[in-house]
Amino acid sequence: MLNWDLLSNALVSGVLLGGFYCAVAVGITIAFGMLDIVNIAHPAFIMIGAFIAYFFNTSYGVDPLLACVIAAPFAYIGGRLMYRLYYLAFERHGEESLQGLAFFFGLLFIIEVGLLLIFGVDYRFVEARYIGPGIEIGFVSIPWRMLIGLIVGLAMVGGVALFNAKTFTGRAILAVSQDPGALRLVGGDPVHVKEIAFGISIATAIIAGALLIIIQPVEPSIGRDFIGRVFAICVLGGMTSLPGTVIAAMLLGIAEALTTTYLGPSWAPAVSFGILLLTLGVRPSGILGR
Amino acid sequence: MSGASVLSSRGVVKRFGGFTALSGIDFDLGPNERVGLIGPNGSGKSTFVNCLTGALPCDAGKIDFGGTDITDMAAWRRARLGLARSFQIPRPFRGLTVRRNIEVPLAFAAGLSDQAQIEAEAEEVLVRVGLAAKSRKAPRSLSQVELRKLELGRALAARPKVLIADEAMAGLSDSEVDEILVLLMQLNDSGIAIVLIEHIMRAVVRFSQRVIVLVAGAKIAEGTSQDVMSHPEVVRAYLGQ
Amino acid sequence: MTLPHASDSAVGEKRARLRARALLPLAGMAIVLALVFFALDWVGTDYAYLAAYTVLQYVVLATAWNILGGYAGYVNFASAAFFAVGVYTSVIVYKTVKLPLIATMPLAAVAAGLLGLGVGYLTLRLRGTFFSIATLALSVVMSTLVVNWAYVGGSRGVYVLRPQTIDFFGPYTRYLCIVMLIMAIISIVIARAVERSWFGRGLAALKDDEIAAECAGVPSLRLKLAATALSGALMGAAGAPFPFFVTYVDPATAFGLSIAVNTIAMPLIGGTSTWIGPVIGAVLLGSLQQIATVTISSALNLLIVGVLMVIFITLAPNGIVGLVQKIRERRA
Repeated sequence: MLNWDLLSNALVSGVLLGGFYCAVAVGITIAFGMLDIVNIAHPAFIMIGAFIAYFFNTSYGVDPLLACVIAAPFAYIGGRLMYRLYYLAFERHGEESLQGLAFFFGLLFIIEVGLLLIFGVDYRFVEARYIGPGIEIGFVSIPWRMLIGLIVGLAMVGGVALFNAKTFTGRAILAVSQDPGALRLVGGDPVHVKEIAFGISIATAIIAGALLIIIQPVEPSIGRDFIGRVFAICVLGGMTSLPGTVIAAMLLGIAEALTTTYLGPSWAPAVSFGILLLTLGVRPSGILGR
Repeated sequence: MSGASVLSSRGVVKRFGGFTALSGIDFDLGPNERVGLIGPNGSGKSTFVNCLTGALPCDAGKIDFGGTDITDMAAWRRARLGLARSFQIPRPFRGLTVRRNIEVPLAFAAGLSDQAQIEAEAEEVLVRVGLAAKSRKAPRSLSQVELRKLELGRALAARPKVLIADEAMAGLSDSEVDEILVLLMQLNDSGIAIVLIEHIMRAVVRFSQRVIVLVAGAKIAEGTSQDVMSHPEVVRAYLGQ
Repeated sequence: MTLPHASDSAVGEKRARLRARALLPLAGMAIVLALVFFALDWVGTDYAYLAAYTVLQYVVLATAWNILGGYAGYVNFASAAFFAVGVYTSVIVYKTVKLPLIATMPLAAVAAGLLGLGVGYLTLRLRGTFFSIATLALSVVMSTLVVNWAYVGGSRGVYVLRPQTIDFFGPYTRYLCIVMLIMAIISIVIARAVERSWFGRGLAALKDDEIAAECAGVPSLRLKLAATALSGALMGAAGAPFPFFVTYVDPATAFGLSIAVNTIAMPLIGGTSTWIGPVIGAVLLGSLQQIATVTISSALNLLIVGVLMVIFITLAPNGIVGLVQKIRERRA
């Protein structure tokens, strides 16, 4: 017998989760989809964001989201520097496939172990007024912390879309994602544009980290669970498309919520992998691809 | 001629998204023939070569190689049947020495299995293309014209019946163009049918028994080089754009 | 086109010379390994055998990884998953039919090889990055499977009884060490054979340029699939003795980060272009870690490996072997 109560709750929490996944994946859509930089360390930067929120929240009582919004410009600068290094060491020589991947894998790993050494293996959480309560509509409950994830996640995608559409740099990013050579023809510097875009990508990861620790307690190694998720969303969404990212994030959120409800939470990490493999095997251009 | 052709296509169509790069190309190549394929930039020459050799799947049409339908065949199988190509921008295997570059098609496309025989034949191919002295060098130490020769040597080592040379002379000096032309003529003398895709008109006129002109993904003219050069549409496409 | 053939006697002579050249380093290696083993027996403690076992296990894993990663340029992040398939194949065999270890290892190899074929079949037709991303997620999904599979212990883990001694070999730890030594030799011989065969040259060609390789007749998808399966199978075989080595297996150790990281870091630090690179990387880093775990924490230990790896791929992309070659060239 289908239980409507259970199903509608699962669907609602799936959409809420999907909103948070927008925040998690938008940076990968920029870095991997648009710039062709396979930043597998993206989830590690999300973890850095989560621990920035944790540190400033527990030490100084700063709101976790505010802490990461303040940290985002620094992350942007760090991201630009990182792309510089990546470009000089690998991309310039056309060595990004093997060594670039290993480089980001190394970063992923260094960050995870580094956080482990600083913060230990215990689960950490933050305090904020909106974390406990929620709204009840009929038999559907909407926790505030998830609603914040949804709102901020959608706002981040919207912000990036607006930036790409309205600013010169944003349009240059789109041009690079189509054809790096074409931008050079009109006098733009694709390396400079990619540097800025990668900085934005890292900044989004930091903010997503705040959302993560608002939603659930965090320990350094859970970042790995997000690798499959971010790439599943990016590939399913058609690599470069921001609307595609939102749709794919929602689909993954709903699929995971249904899996959690009907099979148990321990199966949820496998859902993204299933979606990723299926997309790669059947329709690598994604839902909105040609 | 279609009955006797070694390589032919009928109605080959290729689209990239909304853009039609090839709109139904019919093409025939006779045994041991020398055909020039010309056209302005973006006319679809390289796309057509990619469809013929299997680097790109075509959206419609048929491709036949010596009586075998190869339309849906993988590129490596086409190479084994005897369809070889050189690339517009040289694409050597940078991690392998010059001789090893030649050995790869000898072992895979030509199907030789004896290492000593492969090495001996690779050296002979290098002599034929004039790279014998560079046998143990890395490709990165080669000059432009030497890289072009390596491309041709690698195609030759596949023991092809048909060789498609995609702009084998672009960016070379006059004397270097002559070197490559002489080499292509020699290959043709040994029984290989050759399709030459080229911008350098002088070379095309000298080399080709027949010339085909592609403009905007369609074949607009075909015939001897004199006929084609005086064809009004060709003149318009080349001078009036 | 007809080419005159080189005279038969010259060809035969060359072939004999090639064969002699091929055997020399193998003989040298066998002597070194025999000496190491005598030294171990002379020390004779469990700790010595188990430390040697760990190093040898990394020799197998690094060598196996390099068959796909080094020769074909396809980065496999799921070494821990392939290893764990071997580990849990062994656990299942232990809980059901209790085959001897040397019979379990081929089974583990087949299971892990099939996993490689499956993942490869879905993703190897696409760009190499997609394969790598799929392997990243593969570790997560495989550990999810094991966590939810109560029969093999689930997340709580499972105990495996290790016999104290075994016929002919004496202490069981010594036996495990010998098994892994043989496994290491087999892996190196296979990697070396691949490197020198047309299989390996085809991989090298497609590593440099897949389209050009296809046009030279190289069946790239088949070669990649074969390399993925072979590489995965060797990793699986390396995992089979692991339950008897640790005697307690849980997903956290079987899918351990140290395996994933070391397996990639060792070839990259040693050098990926020849079989000797991963061996050097594994022996060097493996031994260092064995010594270092006594003095520093294992997390710090891994951090050092990660930092070393990033330094090497940034500054010395051809690894230790590449550095040595460069020094030699400069001298010559």
